[in-house]
Amino acid sequence: MSHYASVSTPKAGSLKVPTGIFINNEWSPSSSGETFSTVNPATNKPLLDISHATKDDVDRAVKAARKAFETTWANNVTAAERGRLLFKLADLMERDTDKLAAVESLNTGKGVRMARTVDLADSIACLRYYAGLADKLHGTTIDNYAKEKFIYTIQQPIGYLSPLRADGSIPWNYPIQMWAWKIAPALAAGCCVVMKPSELTPLTALMLSDLVAEAGFPPGVFNTVPGLGATTGDAIARHDDIDKVAFTGSVLTGRKISIAAAESNLKKVTLELGGKSPIVIFDSADVEEAADWAACAIWFNSGQDCCAGSRVYVQQGAYEGFVKALKARAEATAIGQPEDEKTSFGPLISQLQRDKVLRYIDSGKAEGATVVTGGRKWAPGGEGFWIEPTILTDIKQDMTVIREEIFGPVVCVSTFDDETEGVAMANNTTYGLAAAVFTNDTRQATRVSRALNAGTVWINEYMLVDNGAPFGGFKQSGIGRELGVNGMETYMQVKAVHQNLTQTSPWPL
Amino acid sequence: MAQTFTHEFNHAGFKGKVEVPLGLFIDGKWTTSVDKGAKTIDSVNPSTGEVICSIHEGLGADVDVAVKAARKAFDTTWGTNCPGFERGKYLIRIAELIERDVDILASLEAMDNGKAFAIAKGFDVPQSAAVFRYYGGWADKIHGKTIETSSLKFAYTAHEPVGVAGQIIPWNFPLYMFSWKIGPALAAGCTVVIKPSELTPLTALYMTKLIKEAGVPDGVINVVTGYGNTVGSTIAAHPEVDKVAFTGSTAVGRKVLEEASKSNLKKVTLELGGKGANIIFEDADLEEAVKYAAQGFLFNHGQTCCAGTRLFVHQNIYDKFAARFKEITSKTKVGDPFDANVYQGPQVSQTQYDRIMNHIECGKQEGAKVITGGVRHGKQGYFIEPTIFGDVTANMKIVKEEIFGPVIVISKFEDEDKVIAEANQSEYGLSAGLFTKDITRAHRVAQQLKAGTIWVNCFNELHPQVPFGGYKSSGLGRELGEYALENYTEVKAVHVNMGMKCGFPV
Repeated sequence: MSHYASVSTPKAGSLKVPTGIFINNEWSPSSSGETFSTVNPATNKPLLDISHATKDDVDRAVKAARKAFETTWANNVTAAERGRLLFKLADLMERDTDKLAAVESLNTGKGVRMARTVDLADSIACLRYYAGLADKLHGTTIDNYAKEKFIYTIQQPIGYLSPLRADGSIPWNYPIQMWAWKIAPALAAGCCVVMKPSELTPLTALMLSDLVAEAGFPPGVFNTVPGLGATTGDAIARHDDIDKVAFTGSVLTGRKISIAAAESNLKKVTLELGGKSPIVIFDSADVEEAADWAACAIWFNSGQDCCAGSRVYVQQGAYEGFVKALKARAEATAIGQPEDEKTSFGPLISQLQRDKVLRYIDSGKAEGATVVTGGRKWAPGGEGFWIEPTILTDIKQDMTVIREEIFGPVVCVSTFDDETEGVAMANNTTYGLAAAVFTNDTRQATRVSRALNAGTVWINEYMLVDNGAPFGGFKQSGIGRELGVNGMETYMQVKAVHQNLTQTSPWPL
Repeated sequence: MAQTFTHEFNHAGFKGKVEVPLGLFIDGKWTTSVDKGAKTIDSVNPSTGEVICSIHEGLGADVDVAVKAARKAFDTTWGTNCPGFERGKYLIRIAELIERDVDILASLEAMDNGKAFAIAKGFDVPQSAAVFRYYGGWADKIHGKTIETSSLKFAYTAHEPVGVAGQIIPWNFPLYMFSWKIGPALAAGCTVVIKPSELTPLTALYMTKLIKEAGVPDGVINVVTGYGNTVGSTIAAHPEVDKVAFTGSTAVGRKVLEEASKSNLKKVTLELGGKGANIIFEDADLEEAVKYAAQGFLFNHGQTCCAGTRLFVHQNIYDKFAARFKEITSKTKVGDPFDANVYQGPQVSQTQYDRIMNHIECGKQEGAKVITGGVRHGKQGYFIEPTIFGDVTANMKIVKEEIFGPVIVISKFEDEDKVIAEANQSEYGLSAGLFTKDITRAHRVAQQLKAGTIWVNCFNELHPQVPFGGYKSSGLGRELGEYALENYTEVKAVHVNMGMKCGFPV
């Protein structure tokens, strides 16, 4: 039986995509035979039906991962070899960039140029970063007892783990990139992986599974179990033989994962959750420049970004000028069909999301906010899920639109008088993923960036992350960090070894 | 116009035509010396004594040109102008090209240096690629720190590339030493002027082709062939070279440090000689210890700075050990590097051969007993029989001085503290080995041996990830591992005022 189906992409032609479950480098159907369907968000037409992994399938994947961990992976292979395989995988992704970008664009609605030049390029770089790091995380020797005792630490991979994808919200937003952020450090560390991609956007994760096998990773090191969050995802979070779960998604689901982990085997948990990230713009800032970055902050990926800059606070003096500048950016946005090379703003991922965002906009209007621009479906979008870039002003800080994460192209712009007030308003949130400050006062830049409660703070820019810089949330935006050295440390556990040289233990004491 | 050397290899391991540029590689181009007085230097095949080819000689003036090119590249296309991950990509590409051309490089190395082709192919070449790959992974991970002092200040360090690095490498592991030097330098953002040994320039010259093919920007790596007392000395003394890294003899190392100190106080790292002690305790796995002891002094024909050339065997196992050691050692296959069964090829040159034979004669004259070897192997070429000397005393020349050949001295010991003292009684401190099954003793002795690398139940083990370098006169600084990056970075501390006011006058 074939585990491949074809999708027709506008520019790359007909492409084969696996539709099964990937365990031990082989494809198989779901043990129940069930499937779930996927949709093209630009047309609302169905794409492919994908096997729905059952609890038994998850068990099978976990067994395969455990076996690989004990025989062909972890400390059974040198760190340099793990790195070499990741380099090979990166090369294969580079080879297949056009195909992967075409399918990513088809499944998520993002502009194909963005998929190629951002998603794929950054993911390949992420793989290379961790490939190079694999043999460089050292333990320490601790010389407190010299002749009496030799103490040292070693970093060991955490059993094996399951990075989990969400159930209909995040992160179908960057399928390939979030895939890379999870598997690269995990595999570099020596962990084996059971991965559930989002049921909204599993196609590229499935294609990438074939590349993992082609690169030469031993069977069982990496396994893919597509399915829904409530079923497949829960089976993973609850599994007694998974040592760590890494989740990117909503706070709601993050809580569920955390509870499931606690109720089962207290597996280690890292969470990358939502955000309502503030941008604070002072009078001394270059308003045009700030508007450029603020536009990127909220309309990149159509606002479907955990670290989207969705609240802007502009100091009184710069307010009018800024709103005018941002409005101009909204109107200049390159909205279009995903396959159009010019497009950098596509549809939202699903009808559900689109309707949710419209409800938020309505709630904003009902609570007294002003719609400066946008606020509606994008008319030329037809059956697709586009919403226009939207700016809301006249915001009261207790409105729903400014407290809750909208996850769409809607930004709330407010004003403030002085630095203390601006910082307080920015920090007035349960989230803490990212923040930004725009100012030409160097002391203010350092002061304010220190004061903002967020895991990533941008000064005079937004949105640009780096594979070497850790990323993660304060407060309810998450637990733990991805990227950078921290990103790999999170897949390792420290073992302290005390080797007796001359100590004796008198008994009775 | 720089020449090219074309050679047709036709041996069991590789058949094919190879072209090696013979010129100086400066600013991305192959060229001859700017000095009209420059000649050519013959590269000799130590297996036959015949001239392989004549390379172009570089002189001090060429170092000037190379340094200018390196400086220009550092200021424009390298250093902080090229993000770490880009620098890493070049290094990884170089590693891939080395792996692609393994047979070519191994053949050139065996022909030029005399080491067995099988060993060049199995060790030197793949390990060189591994080192390039390892440092390719470091390039974007060279972190400084942010440091808490007070809330009124933001303090951080930046690890910046030192600048232009001058590098002088030896003839014993030509390609491997090339990778040890270039890898961390480029990863850190430095540009390089490197002088390969005039005895073994061929693999370095071939590498200039791979460097070009990898797309490394012009001027980032410059190769200037020539003699130590011209090219090497100019590098060490050059006012525009920010750092010099030298691997070679302790005698020349001193000169490099002097020149560096007299000129611009450039940073210096030195990897010098050694006289490695290898201690075999009573409970050692005898057979394994014998084999490691043999490998310890015969690997690379004894032309290894970290060779284990002073063997101390516990008296209770001495007779058994010595007999087996003699047996294993005398079975070593010496001969043509391209013969797949050969372990030990010729010494690299007539000069080296003479020096080693001199030491052997001296040993005999000072009263040491030849247990095996002590003579030339065969009738021509620089081949020497693996040689074991017994009945030695601490003040003999063959015990004190580095011989750099297949010669080892063996003695008995009884007391652990005494043998450690004897092992440490050396001006050198590069490496040491110890064999025991008692883990407590292993750690205890390892702690007390004064050497930069201690091998427990093994010998001559090197990894790109693990640092290597000498105590005492064996050197300054460490290479390999994360530690090597320190040699090519300067730490800059930045203090940003976040609210202090200056009370002046006080």
